[in-house]
Amino acid sequence: MHGMTEILRVVRWLPSLLMLWVGVAYAELQVDISRGVEGAIPIAIAPFANQEELADPISEVVAADLRRSGRFQPLSEDRMQERPVTPEQVQFGIWQALGQDYIAIGQVQRIGGGDYQADFHVLDVIRGATLTSYKLPFRAGEARRAAHRIADVIYQAILGEPGAFATRVAYVTVSGEGSKARHYRLQIADTDGYNPETVLSSVEPIMSPAWSPDGSQIAYVSFENRTSAIFVQTLATGERRKVSDAPGINGAPAFSPDGGKLALTLSKEGNPDIYVKDLASGALRKITDYDGIDTEPNWSPDGRSIVFTSDRGGKPQLYLVPAEGGAVRRLTYEGDYNARGVFSPDGRSLAMVHGTRNHYRIAVMDLASRALRVLTQGPLDESPGFAPNGSMILYAARTGNSGHLAAVSIDGKVHQTLRVEGGLVREPAWSPL
Amino acid sequence: MNLIKAILVMGLSASLVLAGCAKKGDTRPEDQAGVGLEGSAAGPQIGKYGPGGTAGGAYGGGGAYGRGGAGDPALNDPSSPLYKKIVYFDYDSSEVLPEYVPIVNAHAGYLASHPNVVVTLEGHCDERGSPEYNIALGEQRAKSVANMMRYQGVTDGQLQLVSFGEEKPAVPGSDESAWAQNRRVEIVYSGN
Repeated sequence: MHGMTEILRVVRWLPSLLMLWVGVAYAELQVDISRGVEGAIPIAIAPFANQEELADPISEVVAADLRRSGRFQPLSEDRMQERPVTPEQVQFGIWQALGQDYIAIGQVQRIGGGDYQADFHVLDVIRGATLTSYKLPFRAGEARRAAHRIADVIYQAILGEPGAFATRVAYVTVSGEGSKARHYRLQIADTDGYNPETVLSSVEPIMSPAWSPDGSQIAYVSFENRTSAIFVQTLATGERRKVSDAPGINGAPAFSPDGGKLALTLSKEGNPDIYVKDLASGALRKITDYDGIDTEPNWSPDGRSIVFTSDRGGKPQLYLVPAEGGAVRRLTYEGDYNARGVFSPDGRSLAMVHGTRNHYRIAVMDLASRALRVLTQGPLDESPGFAPNGSMILYAARTGNSGHLAAVSIDGKVHQTLRVEGGLVREPAWSPL
Repeated sequence: MNLIKAILVMGLSASLVLAGCAKKGDTRPEDQAGVGLEGSAAGPQIGKYGPGGTAGGAYGGGGAYGRGGAGDPALNDPSSPLYKKIVYFDYDSSEVLPEYVPIVNAHAGYLASHPNVVVTLEGHCDERGSPEYNIALGEQRAKSVANMMRYQGVTDGQLQLVSFGEEKPAVPGSDESAWAQNRRVEIVYSGN
């Protein structure tokens, strides 16, 4: 683990055609991966037959996904001595000699019109057996998405837990220097940074995107009327609803796990407190009542509790309150700044911003033992959120004048970086599965 | 104890100030439409996302709003005590520092004697820490300034408060000199 860290560096440019098509600032995808060598599983992703018909070679997208997770070490294509397409063609001895544990093979077939199908297999090289076989239909323009799904299948077949490659990330970009020229965009992209699309563009700040549990809607804070308001926007149609524009702060929206409620921060009574709003009836319930700052609510996965940030102890720390209100319990004591707590999908741990005066890093606390582990280096890390499979924490980092997104595995070993050219990238939110 | 009482009273009046912001009649298209429509002139641009949706990315145009645009030349005269309109703060603090009290007092005096003039107090933070926590901190800073002004006879109706947290830094950069310039309340005159 220590000293055995290998740095892999992959730089890609979004094809210029795609840039024009999406009409947004182009994304330079830069993924930096550092990991413990002994932890990664050697796997060969053989080129799929006929994949050259597609805009994106499936096997390369799959290999990049698996490498990015830090859990796999895909074999480079030029070291492959055969290109099997069906399980019968695989000569296990060749792959064993190359030190591979697994191999994935497949072919792409046109099944009429713009429709394709990928037939693929995952094989255990050591045991000489097929682990799983799968047929995945997809449309011509969705080859990358199909590849992410295939990577999910491989990840689950080998590790026994779901992958999150076919999910998406929402984030806010800020471009332009100086207050006059500044431009804010709420964007959604694939988890590898491809296919960014703008869902809201404004000259006033956009903050705190939060996904609905079914992934169809996104809540956010917009200052488009020069004061804060919370909107819920349906992604497919672009329709949106103003959920809150009370006097003062309207902030930090968070969907309940059943999607029926929104926790939020309002300061309409003079100081920020946590409220829960029923989205169907509009009924508003005050959950916390304290004279200073209460903000950044986040639901436990069972929907029973809400973690939030409060300065009631003098400094920002994390507290827990029943979702219908009630007794408040303090959760964090280590350090003088713990904020923006978010539950892991299994509800067993909390990620947070863990700060000292000039150093803000991402930490995870085990809720049973209360042990805190710092996962990142800082100095200005913020806005942590879990991948929907709990494998990684995505956050915003800043170095000098540039802001980018980064992810760290929950064991702290794997680090990824995602940069967007020409501005700050902030406030990431990983979509549900 | 009297001082504490005074602070509590000022806190209460600040909540009235905040409540007073509610009915300021800036037009919000969504109020009429129920659903945000695409393409209001200076407003945000909304894109569709997902199967069948065309790509977003149209840019909202314009949208800059009047800043310090009051007609009174005293507000823009470098020799006037009203010229300075920014109050700076210490790290993680919303206390008005002694050196900025004269600035707040000058504007409070002006507002008290010009009851038709309205200002927006914009609270801002440096980039450190959590964005939503900084929204709360920025509001506390704006409230501190509002409380001092109220104490000198400025009415609720003259004060609008908004916090932009760390979203609108005055200067870029991640060092103490940039941070010091970004922890601030801007007194913005909206015309008289």
